[in-house]
Amino acid sequence: MEFISQHPVLVVSIVKIAVLLFVVMTALAYLTWLERKVIAHIQARWGPYYVGAHGLLQPLADGLKFLFKEDVTPPVSDRLVYTLAPFLALSLALTAIALIPFGPPSVTLLGQPLFVVSNIDIGLIFLFAVTSMGVYGVALAGWSSNSKYPLMGGLRSSAQMISYEVSLTISVVGVLLLAGTLDFNGIIEGQSGYYLHFIPRWHIVPQIVGFLCYLTAAIAETNRIPFDLPEAETELVAGFHTEYSSFKFAMFFMAEYANMITVSCLATILFLGGWLSPFPDSWTWQLFIPGAGLLALGLYCAVDTAIAMRGIARLQFAVVTLLCLGGAVVCLAPAIASLSASAPVWVATVNTAIQGIFWFVTKIVAILFFYIWMRGTLPRFRYDQLMSFGWKLLLPVSLANLVATSVVMLYFMMKGPG
Amino acid sequence: MSLPLIVFLFFALLAVAGAVMVILAREPIHSALALVLVMVALAVLYLLLGAEFIAAVQIIVYAGAIMVLFVFVIMLLNMGLEERTNFSKFAYVGLVAAFALLLEAAHWMFHSSVGAGVANGSQPVTAFSTVELSKLLFRSYLLPFEATSILILIAILGALVLARKEE
Repeated sequence: MEFISQHPVLVVSIVKIAVLLFVVMTALAYLTWLERKVIAHIQARWGPYYVGAHGLLQPLADGLKFLFKEDVTPPVSDRLVYTLAPFLALSLALTAIALIPFGPPSVTLLGQPLFVVSNIDIGLIFLFAVTSMGVYGVALAGWSSNSKYPLMGGLRSSAQMISYEVSLTISVVGVLLLAGTLDFNGIIEGQSGYYLHFIPRWHIVPQIVGFLCYLTAAIAETNRIPFDLPEAETELVAGFHTEYSSFKFAMFFMAEYANMITVSCLATILFLGGWLSPFPDSWTWQLFIPGAGLLALGLYCAVDTAIAMRGIARLQFAVVTLLCLGGAVVCLAPAIASLSASAPVWVATVNTAIQGIFWFVTKIVAILFFYIWMRGTLPRFRYDQLMSFGWKLLLPVSLANLVATSVVMLYFMMKGPG
Repeated sequence: MSLPLIVFLFFALLAVAGAVMVILAREPIHSALALVLVMVALAVLYLLLGAEFIAAVQIIVYAGAIMVLFVFVIMLLNMGLEERTNFSKFAYVGLVAAFALLLEAAHWMFHSSVGAGVANGSQPVTAFSTVELSKLLFRSYLLPFEATSILILIAILGALVLARKEE
């Protein structure tokens, strides 16, 4: 205990990193499940169904399969770089997530903000620094495999990521002009308040063009359909990771999904108000939304368990039901407690924490769903279309957005504060 | 030894080792990667000096953009192993220049007031915020900043003219 009180930063940081790593790894696994399910339903199929109820244990089975497959290293490959590439891809993708604040900084543990691992005042620039290195994983994997399809995949990906990084960065500058800070917490807190008392003052309203440019460039940056040319399976077998097997392949896979989560977090922070609730503070019933949502999900699962499930699946789904209902109780209890006037102070803190996490996660899941939806809907670009789209449409539009934002801001500044 | 000193020594040695690897590696990609290592190690040294913004920009511009282009070109040309040549006579000129530079740096470190202050710890390392930096860049030194932008624009135009196919 003495050690904990003497080194609060160290202890809290280690705990936060461990928890965040566990949560992100689980989220990655279930993001693959969500993606397969949504794509399947778009294409009128069932998707994963047999491993666990509704395929809920499929990610676990996939992980075990990756672990136990033979790890083949091509003898003609460049051993050092070939091994380095997947580590580089995954570790950089996970480092970026450490900078994301998942909840308000007012919630603290031993005096340290609870919801962010590393809070630095140039958070956005640092995040771009980390993600700009991400291209090495893909490019080096393509080169070191010493095989023609991976090389072409690596080449395509370097060209694509360099091209779209320009638009990605410029589309964000409009938000920076409005926010006047590079600190994530500052950017989010600058979006509090409401137009006409009910429309949230998020940056997406004045920066809708910037938001669309950001989303498009972000899909290209993470190599997803319709921009998944680095691994276009109909042209390049599997692109840059053709020669990778077993857990090294899994690391690329996880890095891709971790990058998806990072860009969704960034879109949420910059354009959608981060952990801020879309409803004004005076609407106290919003405290019940997280609990009510979980309760509805739990009841649905309970009905499903009772009617549709048979055998072992029924048992598994009963566990899911209990988890949902337990979560609902945890979320509802402080909300109900806050109704009484004599509630202790920590009840309000717990409510703030639940609200922050709930809205942040909801917004991220909405953007991730949009991503998957795109994948289920759009065909892949051709390579020359990709390049001309990036340089001749996306870049001019995001530049025009930047110029327009600055002109409007200059006009309001000259008119005086108001 | 204090912790900052240990971190400094580690990353300084890493930077030097990377720089040596750039020259010694026979595979062009290995050289490029070693150069990336140098850039990242330098960024950490900037962080130690309290220059967070410069550190991040160092990584974005050098490691994230310029070196990616290097790697891209090496991959595109599919370059093979480097061919070794005999010791060049120009190396002697370089040797003299490098030695002179080293002497000058050492002289500055031990004899200028700032260098001596940093060395014996009496001169505090000033943390430089991004706001102050932007004020310097866009107010006091606006003209040099704009001149540099125009220079880069001219370089881009030059590259375009060179790369254009003859009609």
